[in-house]
This record gives sequence, C-alpha cells and structure tokens, in this order.
Amino acid sequence: MLYRHGFIALAGLGLMTTTGMALAATASPDAQGDVARGAYLARAGDCVACHTAPGGQPFAGGLEIDSPFGTIVSTNITPDPDAGIGDYSRDDFAAALREGERADGANLYPAMPYTAYAKLSDDDIDALYAYFMQGVDPVNETPAESDLGFPFNQRWGIGLWNWLFADTDAFQPREGQGAQIARGAYLVQGLGHCGSCHTPRGLFFQEKAQDDSGEAFLAGETLDGWWAPNLRGGGEGDEGLQGWSQAAIVEYLATGRNDHDAVVGEMTSVVANSTSHLTDDDLQAIAAYLKSLPRERNDESATSDTTPAQTEQKLAAADVEGALGARLYLDNCNACHTVSGEGAPKVFPSLVGNELVNADDPTGLLRVILEGARLPSTPAKPEALAMPDFAWRLSDAEVAELATFVRGGWGNHADAVSADQVADVRKTLPDDRETSAPDFVP
Amino acid sequence: MAKTQPHVDVVMIGLGWTNSIMGMELTEEGLNVLALERGPDQDTVPEFAYPKMADELTYGVRYQLMQRPAKSTVTVRHGVRDSALPYRSLGSFLPGNGVGGAGTHWNGHTWRPQPQELRLKSYVEETFGADIIPDDMTIQDFGVSYDELEPHFDFFEKVAGIAGKAGNLNGEIQAGGNPFEGWRSDEYPMPPMARTLNDSMFRDVAKAQGLHPFPLPAANASEAYTNPYGMQLAPCNYCGFCERYGCLNGSKSSPQTCVLGALKRRENFSYRANCEVMKVELAEDGKTATGVTYIDENGDEVFQPADLVIMGAYSLHNVHLLLLSGIGEPYNPISGDGVVGKNYAYQMNGGATLYFQDKAFNPFIGAGANGETLNDFGVEQIDFAREGFIGGSYFNAAMTNGQPIRNMPLPGGAPQWGAEWKEAVQQTYGHTMTIGSHGSNMAYRDCYLDLDPTYTDDHGRPLMRMTFDWKDNDVRMTQFMKQKIDTLSRALAPDDYKLSFKDFDSHYDVRPYQTTHNVGGAIMGSDPSTSVLNRYLQSWDVHNVFVMGASAFPQNLQYNPTGLVGALTYWAAKAIREQYLKNPGPLVQA
Repeated sequence: MLYRHGFIALAGLGLMTTTGMALAATASPDAQGDVARGAYLARAGDCVACHTAPGGQPFAGGLEIDSPFGTIVSTNITPDPDAGIGDYSRDDFAAALREGERADGANLYPAMPYTAYAKLSDDDIDALYAYFMQGVDPVNETPAESDLGFPFNQRWGIGLWNWLFADTDAFQPREGQGAQIARGAYLVQGLGHCGSCHTPRGLFFQEKAQDDSGEAFLAGETLDGWWAPNLRGGGEGDEGLQGWSQAAIVEYLATGRNDHDAVVGEMTSVVANSTSHLTDDDLQAIAAYLKSLPRERNDESATSDTTPAQTEQKLAAADVEGALGARLYLDNCNACHTVSGEGAPKVFPSLVGNELVNADDPTGLLRVILEGARLPSTPAKPEALAMPDFAWRLSDAEVAELATFVRGGWGNHADAVSADQVADVRKTLPDDRETSAPDFVP
Repeated sequence: MAKTQPHVDVVMIGLGWTNSIMGMELTEEGLNVLALERGPDQDTVPEFAYPKMADELTYGVRYQLMQRPAKSTVTVRHGVRDSALPYRSLGSFLPGNGVGGAGTHWNGHTWRPQPQELRLKSYVEETFGADIIPDDMTIQDFGVSYDELEPHFDFFEKVAGIAGKAGNLNGEIQAGGNPFEGWRSDEYPMPPMARTLNDSMFRDVAKAQGLHPFPLPAANASEAYTNPYGMQLAPCNYCGFCERYGCLNGSKSSPQTCVLGALKRRENFSYRANCEVMKVELAEDGKTATGVTYIDENGDEVFQPADLVIMGAYSLHNVHLLLLSGIGEPYNPISGDGVVGKNYAYQMNGGATLYFQDKAFNPFIGAGANGETLNDFGVEQIDFAREGFIGGSYFNAAMTNGQPIRNMPLPGGAPQWGAEWKEAVQQTYGHTMTIGSHGSNMAYRDCYLDLDPTYTDDHGRPLMRMTFDWKDNDVRMTQFMKQKIDTLSRALAPDDYKLSFKDFDSHYDVRPYQTTHNVGGAIMGSDPSTSVLNRYLQSWDVHNVFVMGASAFPQNLQYNPTGLVGALTYWAAKAIREQYLKNPGPLVQA
C-alpha cells in the first residue's frame, strides 16, 4: 500500500549509470545461458532501480524510499549469504518474487511489485535466480531497516492485503492472442510492472486491475502530482497513445524521445535502466500490446478555447499585449518549442496535446518549468538533451501565467494554475539541483 | 615529485573536435583512452543554456569562453629582427578554453579544400612553372590527396551534420551548389539554411554577373538531425549567438552536440578537465614517448604513462608542446634547417560594408554560417601567372548576428561619438549587409613559430613566439578580390559602401579580430627534412606521437579549416587502427 508514495522517491535516482552492471564472469559454463538471460530479465524488471542506492553497488539495496508512513529502505539482493539473498533456494526466490514472501516467512512491503511478478514463468524465475546467484557480485553490506511507524510496521497486516488484492496466477495468453501481443502482455503485466504506476489505485492503494481483464488496467494515475499517462493505445480516437504509432512507442521506450514527446520524471530512469536495454522484438511486442488495449472514449473531455492555428498566429505576430503568459512563452520557451508549440522531432517535445501539459494536476509541468529536465543517455540516442531550469528566472506568479497559457494554448484544455500552486511545487525542489543561472544572479 | 597515474593505452591532449573523434575511433579498437583537457568541463546545459548565453558583454566582448592571456599566450613580432611582445589582450584570434575547444565557439563554416590546394606546390609548378613561386615562399604539398580524404570529408560532414547543397556529385555538376568544389560522394546531410534578404540580394546580383552563388555550407542545423553516432542536433532558431558563444539551442555542430555524449558512454574512455599538459615525456633514446606530465586541477604535477600520445590541442599549443618536449628539430629561418614551427600561416581576408537606407535586413535573425557564397575566384579558378599571385578566396554575404555592442556598422564619415553618432546608429542599424572575401595565406621563410627568449607562461615555461607579417603576394591576391567585390557592391546599388582590404603598407595587427585560423608549425608532408609529420599526422621523430589539427597545414587554404581538420583526423585514425596498432613504428619510412 506504500508503493504509490514509495515510487516517487525514484525521481531522485536521476540517471543511474549502468557502469558496473556488466555480467561478472563467474558463471559456470552450463549456467551461462541462463545467467545472461536472467541479466536481461533483470533489466526488463528494472530491479536495479529500487535495489541500488545512489552511487552504491548494484543490487546492494539501501535506496531510501520516502513515504508518509515512514522510510522504506530497499534490501540487498546480491548473493551475499549474510547481507543479501545468497542463502535463498530457488523456491525461496520464487516465493519472494511471486508472493512477496521473504525466506523467513515475513511479508515484503508491496513496494516490491510481487503482484505483477506473479505472472512470471518458471523458466524466467530460473534464469533470474541463476543471474542473481552467479551473475551479480556479492556485497556484504546490510542496508538500514525500513523505518515505518505503527501500524505500518506490522508486516502481518500485509497478509490481509495480499489475501484481498494479490492475484498470484501465472500469466496466461488470451485465446486467439497472437504471439507478439502475448509476449507484450507478459512483459507489461509481469516484469515491466507498468501497472504499478499507470493503473489507477483503489481505496487501499491496490491496483484496480492486474491485467487487461479490467478496463482500469493502465488507464493512468497521478503519482505525487506527476501524471503517469493512460497507456491504452487502441480503440477509436487520437488521445495519448492512440495517436502514437507502434514505432513511436518503441522509439520512446528505446530512447526516451520520439516525434511527439520526451520522457520526464520517474519514467526517465525506467528508460535509462530498463527499456532502452530491451531488444527491438520485445519493445515491438510491448508496443503492439499497448496498441491492442482499447481506450474508453472520454465524452466529458474538456474542450479548449483555442485552436492550434489561433495560438500560433498570436505568437508569430508577437500579439501578446496584456497577455503575460504568452509574452513569457515568447521570451522563455519559444526558442525551442516554437510558435506552433510543436518543438522539433526527437529534440524538443511538442506541447500540443502533451500528456504532462494537459494533466489535471499541474505539478509535473511545474517541476519541469522550474527545475528543467534531462533525457537519459541511451545506447541508440546517447545525447542527454536537456531543458534548462527557470526557477531562478521566473516568479511564482510568472510561472503560473506561463503554465496557464501553455495549458490552454494550441487546443490544450487543462485548468489554470495559481501562484500558490507554483509556490508549493517550488518548495519541493531539491537544493542540489543543476542550475543554469548566470553567475551574476544573486 | 610527480605522482604517477595508472597506465593507459592512449593519452589525448585536449578534448575538442579532433580528440573527440579520435576517442570514438580508438575506443572502438578496445583501447583504454584518456583525454586531458586544460580548461573546464562544459555542456549545452547548464554552461551554454538559454538565456544566459545570449550575453554579448560577457561572452562576445569579455571572451568568457576563451583562454586567458595572463595564463597562456604567445608573443608576436613582424620580422626576425624585431623584438616580440606578448599578446596580452585577445584580439586578432581567439583560442578557446575548455571541453569542446574552439568547436564550441566557432561560427560553423565547414568547407573542403579544393583538390589542388592539397598539392599546391606541385600544382603551381606543373601548371605555371616553378619560377612564379617567390624566393621566400615556402609552400608545400600536404602529402595526402583529395581522393584519399574524400570518404573522411563525407563522414565528418555526416557526424557534424552540415547543411548545404552539393555542387559536384561524383563529377556531375549540380545546380545550386558550388560547381568549383572537388567531387563529393554524397549530398550534404541537411538542406541549406533558410535564406535571408542579404543572401537573396547577393545571389541575384552574382548571377546577373555570370557568377555561381550557392549557400554557405553550415554547421548550423537547418532541421532536426541525428548523426551516425546517434547524436542529435536541433533546428537552428537563428538567434545570432554563434561565434564566441556555445550554442544555447543544441543546433551548432560541436564536440558536445555531435560526439561527446556517445563517447562518454564508452567504459574504456575517460577524461579529466582542468588538467594542463606541460610536456610529452620521451624515452631515453628520444624515439618514443612514454606519456605526458600535466598539472591537475589541484595544481599537482602528475605523470600519465601511455603507449600512444595524440596531440589535439589548439594548433598553436600543439606546436608549443612539440617545442617544449623536444620532439623534432626546431625550425631556423636563417639556415632554413629544422621543421618544428615552420610555415606558420594565417588568413587573408577583406570585405565591404554596404548601407541601404530603404532595406531592413533584420540582422538579429542570423546564424554563424548563414550566408550566400561564391567560389569563382578560388585557387583553382585563377591564372596565377597572369594575375601575379598565388592564392584564392571565396566570397560570402553572411548575416551572422545583430549584436548591438559590436555590430553597428556606420557609413563612411559618420561621427564616432556623441548625439550625432547615436543618430547615425539609429539610422543604420539593420540597414547594412556585408560581402567578405576569405582568402588563402601562403607560407614564407620568415613566418614561423619558436620559443620566446624572454617571456614565460604561468608555469615558467617559455612562451611561444610568432613571427608573422603580410607579404606582397597575398596583398596582391586580396587587392584582386577587392576589385571583384567593388564591382559586386556597386551592382547592388547601396546608398553608401566602404571597402576594407589589406594594402601594401599593411602590417599584421593583433588588435582587431580577424580569424581564429592559425595554421602550420607542425606541418605534414612527404619528407622529414621539410615537415614535422608524415602523411598520417605521425611525428617523423617519435612514432607514437600523432598531432591533429590545423597545425599540420603547410600553408593556409582559402577556406575555414575545420572541414579539413575533421577529415584529416579520421584519416589519421584509420592509419592508426589499420596499420599502427598492428605494428607500432613509423608508418612511412624516411
């Protein structure tokens, strides 16, 4: 139940480097195939994201995940027998992944996405086990214990939650589902645990659907103010992923950028550490599956007061007298995102119809304006393209005007933003963030 | 006592264009490669970020991205009998500082030489006879041919993402391009930049005169682009802050935008900023280098052992380091013996400023390499015997910027101060365009580089001394261009115009900015008695030292050097990868 908040802390991971993640050459010849496959599957599961502290040894745990209930500290999953999982049998390992049960019988906090990993095949469990036992360097460091206050430190309570919400059935392809879409479904529902962020949560923070038998599956959710978009790309319409081709989804997962958008927030580290390392076949499968999920038509979707052409003409003519938001856009954003709001393919994301821009909660957009954003360096697109920060340059009132303009321009249809909302977001910016402020600014 | 770092396979001095490229090439061989950069680390964000970079006073006037003369500079004199004085205030040329080097603050004019420029001495002798070469002119062939370099020009243009129009595709002349260029195996990777009013006016008048105008080949992206390394350029927004600035928009080709993101991912590559190399260390027999000694960011002296040393600092620093390290015999202009420092050359430029009361050029819409050019008066187009000089130029009508502090050209006779000056500025700002000539500069016996006997740098090492002045041959060349530009200017019918060209009484003046195309001093060639490097940019004397950059040019091209510098780097890298690593030793037997 803490996962919702726990995941937020991953934003602080930034761009974890992949250095040190190469396979150790300790595997026996027989197991090497499994070890290599397990390493790949660990990428697909993005295990490193939670189980590695910033600057720490891979999989040695110690990442502090803040939550209102206290701090969850990720565990050491290296094969060290004392500090890690070196004394886990294959079945102990499987129980942890699929049922959230530790070798000593205690329940794991559901920050561990075992409700998704329950879908894993036996073969994949074997390969992951081989990798974590033989392909990962043991680290003899025990991270601090998770420090949750009562009643959240009572792990028995999780058993009740598991009984109510956890579905431990292994993955089954649907009847008539082609091999590619079935593969995509397996990855998305299982290792990818995409629903952890993208599926709406219920009253007890349970995901409203664990697979596509529920219409809520991957229908989008807000996490600490950031909108994790609706990933359902099928059905009639052109909202969100409906307007993206399969190739565009693949490109986004492989590189963090495509002709429509660029990755921001927590998804940045997912692309850096996980999806950019997947094979094209697997990314195609994931994209095909997402395109196969029908998206419910939203008849209540807000309408905009503007058309793209109107906003573009206004900006191109610099007709911004008395329109502070538009004027601020010209002075701060236009150089890259241009009067059309469409930016440039793969380098400057389009703001038109953009999920982050149009999210109900403007927090994500405000974070990006205030602290900038940087793409991950990926194998196919190594340039960590960045947007500079504007917190040093714009007041809360100015950011509010600017965000309101962007959220209402070019046919965008999101609500206005107030200076108070900006002030609240500004308070959450990390002190040690990168800034482009000139030296002469006090 | 210097501390010693763990051994690396390759140590690279400097991290600008050449060593970024060399880093990609040599890490592909699995070598452990380390770059030492004298200046700070810097990238598009946060160092060049919008809007900080659009600050003419900080970067354009006070040279924030350039090296500090108080730390390192050269001394300059006109002739061998003069005493040289330090270049204390940046003016004539601007060596860059920091990761990316001059590749961060250039304008982006990216040319290939004409094929005969690479074999200039042979071409002149074969075509016009050896006797037209003045006695004191020491021009040479490069020792490598255009055909050999063509694949490397092509690849560099794809890496840098050049916007232009081919004029000669595999020998077929193409409409809209430069019909006088060497053959190209492929079109430019991007179409030319958007045209501006000055471009169109120049194009029309040049065409009317039977000339062949074409868009300047630009390292400013005309559209979103991904290069062979997966690196990306954003479409240029014509903000007009190119030269002297890092690109705030990720649109100008630079090591940062075109190479370094890919290079930094490689686990066998590393770099250390704020580390200034003092000297290349040699083995006892002086025939191989053992590594380099540098001062690290804490001011400590460090020895970095390596099997291979790639010098890729700014051209002047490459020569300085060779002289300080005792690699190759220093050049003596009296005897003509020795090679290191020989054939320093510069660039012979001139231009016209044209004022049109009724035309608004909107100069604040500009880009470093935005412009219309022509090459009808190029090295290969001129009859040297008839005209009485050796050399050539290209013309450009460029609109690079409208920065107000330095870009306020006034008509002749306008007052230089006071209320009337202000009025003149108001009347003329935005109403002028220029036509420039960018020309070759030959090499001469008494234009050279050596160690200064008097002045030292902040480490106590002798500064390098530049002995250089303009020569009649090159003045005749630029005066020829003056006549042509005068004709073009008149045809454009401005309300007023003024010409600015070197004359026979002109001396080299370090104060006004001219160009950062300092070439020669570590020249390549076919004969160890007349060149520092062989045709693969390998030291004749110390076989595990290779020297990149325009210091290898035996005389200067009519063009901006970066296109050739890039191609030569790939050419040298290929020789190292395919020949040297298999059998380390001299690649050309002397």
